[in-house]
Amino acid sequence: MTLFNRIIRFGLGLALISGVAQASPDIQHWTTNNGAKVYFVEAPELPMVDIRIMFDAAGSRDTDKSGLAMMTNGLLNEGTDKLNTNEIAEQFDRLGAQFGAMAFRDMAIVSLRSLTQKDLLDPAVDTLTQIITHPSFPQASLDRERKRLLIALQGKKQSPGALASEAFFQAIYGDHPYAAEPTGTEESIKSLTRDDLVKFHQQYYVARNATVAIVGAVSRQQAKTIIQSIMGELPAGQAPTALAEVKTLRTPQHISQDFPSSQTHLLIGQPGMKRNDPDYFPLYLGNHILGGSGLVSLLSSEVREKRGLSYSTYSYFSPMRDKGPFIMGLQTRNDQAQQAREVVMQTVQDFIDKGPTEEQLKAAKQNLTGGFAMRLDSNRKVTEYVAMTGFYDLPMDYISTLLSNFEAVTAEQIKDAFARRITPETMVTVMVGGKSE
Amino acid sequence: MIYKGMIAAALAASALCFSSAQAASPVHEFTLDNGMKILIKEDHRAPVATTMVWYKVGSSYEHEGITGLSHVFEHMMFKGTEKYAPGEFSRIIAANGGSQNAFTSRDYTAYYQSMEASRIELSIEMEADRMRNVIILDDEFAKELEVVKEERRMRTEDKPESLVYEQFSAAAFMTSPYRNPVIGWMSDLDSMTADDLRSWYKTWYAPNNAILAIAGDVDPQQVYELANKHFGPIETSAIPSPKPRRDIQQKGERRISVKAPAELPYLLMGYKVPVIATTTDSMEPYALSVLSSIIDGGNSARFAKHLIREEQVVSSASAGYNPTARLNGLFMFDANPAKGHTVEDAEQAIQRQIKLLQTELVSDDELARVKAQVIAGDVYEKDSVFAQAMELGRLTTVGLDWRIGDQYVENIQKITAEQIREVARKYLVSDTLTVAVLEPQPLDRKKAPLRPLSGMRH
Repeated sequence: MTLFNRIIRFGLGLALISGVAQASPDIQHWTTNNGAKVYFVEAPELPMVDIRIMFDAAGSRDTDKSGLAMMTNGLLNEGTDKLNTNEIAEQFDRLGAQFGAMAFRDMAIVSLRSLTQKDLLDPAVDTLTQIITHPSFPQASLDRERKRLLIALQGKKQSPGALASEAFFQAIYGDHPYAAEPTGTEESIKSLTRDDLVKFHQQYYVARNATVAIVGAVSRQQAKTIIQSIMGELPAGQAPTALAEVKTLRTPQHISQDFPSSQTHLLIGQPGMKRNDPDYFPLYLGNHILGGSGLVSLLSSEVREKRGLSYSTYSYFSPMRDKGPFIMGLQTRNDQAQQAREVVMQTVQDFIDKGPTEEQLKAAKQNLTGGFAMRLDSNRKVTEYVAMTGFYDLPMDYISTLLSNFEAVTAEQIKDAFARRITPETMVTVMVGGKSE
Repeated sequence: MIYKGMIAAALAASALCFSSAQAASPVHEFTLDNGMKILIKEDHRAPVATTMVWYKVGSSYEHEGITGLSHVFEHMMFKGTEKYAPGEFSRIIAANGGSQNAFTSRDYTAYYQSMEASRIELSIEMEADRMRNVIILDDEFAKELEVVKEERRMRTEDKPESLVYEQFSAAAFMTSPYRNPVIGWMSDLDSMTADDLRSWYKTWYAPNNAILAIAGDVDPQQVYELANKHFGPIETSAIPSPKPRRDIQQKGERRISVKAPAELPYLLMGYKVPVIATTTDSMEPYALSVLSSIIDGGNSARFAKHLIREEQVVSSASAGYNPTARLNGLFMFDANPAKGHTVEDAEQAIQRQIKLLQTELVSDDELARVKAQVIAGDVYEKDSVFAQAMELGRLTTVGLDWRIGDQYVENIQKITAEQIREVARKYLVSDTLTVAVLEPQPLDRKKAPLRPLSGMRH
């Protein structure tokens, strides 16, 4: 049986008929002896393996040194007690292995993709182990990457879209850690020391703060051995305490920034929902109808199809550990910006007032259930999905019950959830662009 | 670490997904009586399929005054036929769980749907319908043209490095159609008419100018039958042969500067090079591909190691080459200088690297690393059904055989250090070099104070 058969083929086939039947995905789960959560899916078809290790060690843990988590993550492959930067780079390239490191607001991710041929995989795993466990954070690398990051920060200033996004997060999150850019500020980046990185790594890159997904052509026993070798030497440590709660917005904010661009970038929104939000499914489906389904969404229909105001119009929830943002966005010629803003606000207000029609709901469910197969049609997607569900402590049957959870949502639940949760009267509006007159 | 230059954006799609099967399932090839080619790659890992229809038309088929026509027409393909109202295509695909889009490049226009595999007949039926039956309504066209202008503003006008790339291409190519942007010049968009589109459609959209490429959980014979049922009845039409429009021989270095509101200086360089479809020496495009990986293939490659880490003269730098274009192309370099360095410093550093490659042979270890990555990349690419369909269509629309994809790894394996030095000497020469530099102008940006909400209605 193929990877996919085991995961959802059965469930999908039945779901299309009855709309509710589910199959259990074959995600195997265990915890390493030092406390890392591991999720494994066997995928024997291609001779390769994906490993994704996620730590709660991203921007939201920066405290007063914004950019620290990202810098720590980005410097992991700059040196270990045995290997220097060039040796690490040459090692992965020589093996045809792909190493990756990223840090956002919730998650710091370290990933490896390798062929399963033993003489390629073993040394790749060994190098990854050293990188995670014994990074040396060379001062010279910090100095260099600091300069490069400062240039990147400067580059963001020439992008009206990036400026709008930065202002938006600051406005909706205020003094919450989600407000800051994971890339830091010029001042904070300049203040980072090697010692900061070493301490951050010691505190957060620990087994009890780690979630590992491994997907590929390895047996359960091989997967156990691989993950034990990668994670085994990490101290158990402690998962960090929960962040302060995201606050509800009380007053509307309108932020306007002049920029010499031909278009105005518009972002409107508020704190949205959590990954394990009780309203997750009604909000998700509602947004799918409102602005989450490309050209057929309400926003796209009103802004683009009917009026030709924008190339890209969308809305989305970006669910996080706490409430991630709910964002409605577009770009339009400066002189149309106010008109486009009004169309967006009218569209969302109408949706809140009336909720979806049965027809809209049916179309959304057809799209989501019919398209479910595409969510998990590659090892890469399975790895990311499984890692995400593990990282956010979602139930083990989260993926296998997704279809029935979509199916169960009613128009009334969507209307109710949007009325309670989405509040245009206190939203943040950010407009970055040229003057319209 | 964070910042990515234009070349990655310009070449990612073409340069990175170039590779294909060795041991995996073969490609099934059929040709309908009306000349339409069908290519099918089985992948039974998941019950999904990607269906793509590729047309041999793109911006390199356009002439001055009508630039952007292929792309605007691509948008109109969603605007209805006799059978389906405007937007209906998208709604039906969505209701069937599909995701869909289309893309236009210099050499092709392509449309795709990814769906649960049992529903591919829907894709095939609707694609066959819109091959000939699109109705271009004047008011739909007028609105969509505005959408495309917004797209142009978003992608190019307000992005300084994209502006540089656009003007660089117009300077590097004088008579090749590659000088024009895929999205078209704004003045050409301004003067475009619905009749221009109608005639473009009539000229190029025909079964004998199209390729159906499908990858996924499908039965090739069944796909053939479905294709024959829906595309089979469409009549062949006379497709004009595009004029060669070879770029005139460049007779010396060209330099331009582009002034735009920006923060970071930017350098873009390109040398004229052949591609697989045009080369007289079949190994050269492969040698150029390996050369590009030696320079910028991974964190151990020369730019990362020498320019970014050792000399620290650039903050980011990349090299790129697309061997599978229809016409001769460019071997490109780009860079943002590091703090305290200028674009001149960056260019000199790049030139020193070029000089080294022209005088000294690359080491066995370097060559082995590049080849190891190509072999692994060939396996990794099979993780994506979409990428597999993409490759079949992309090679075929530029006149190459899909088997070239299968032979790619083998051809790369044969490349020697001597051949790499040889192509570096032959092609990275100043007489065919074009250099463009972004000269940042003040952004003159004032952060407006928080404004009161007067005039804001909800």
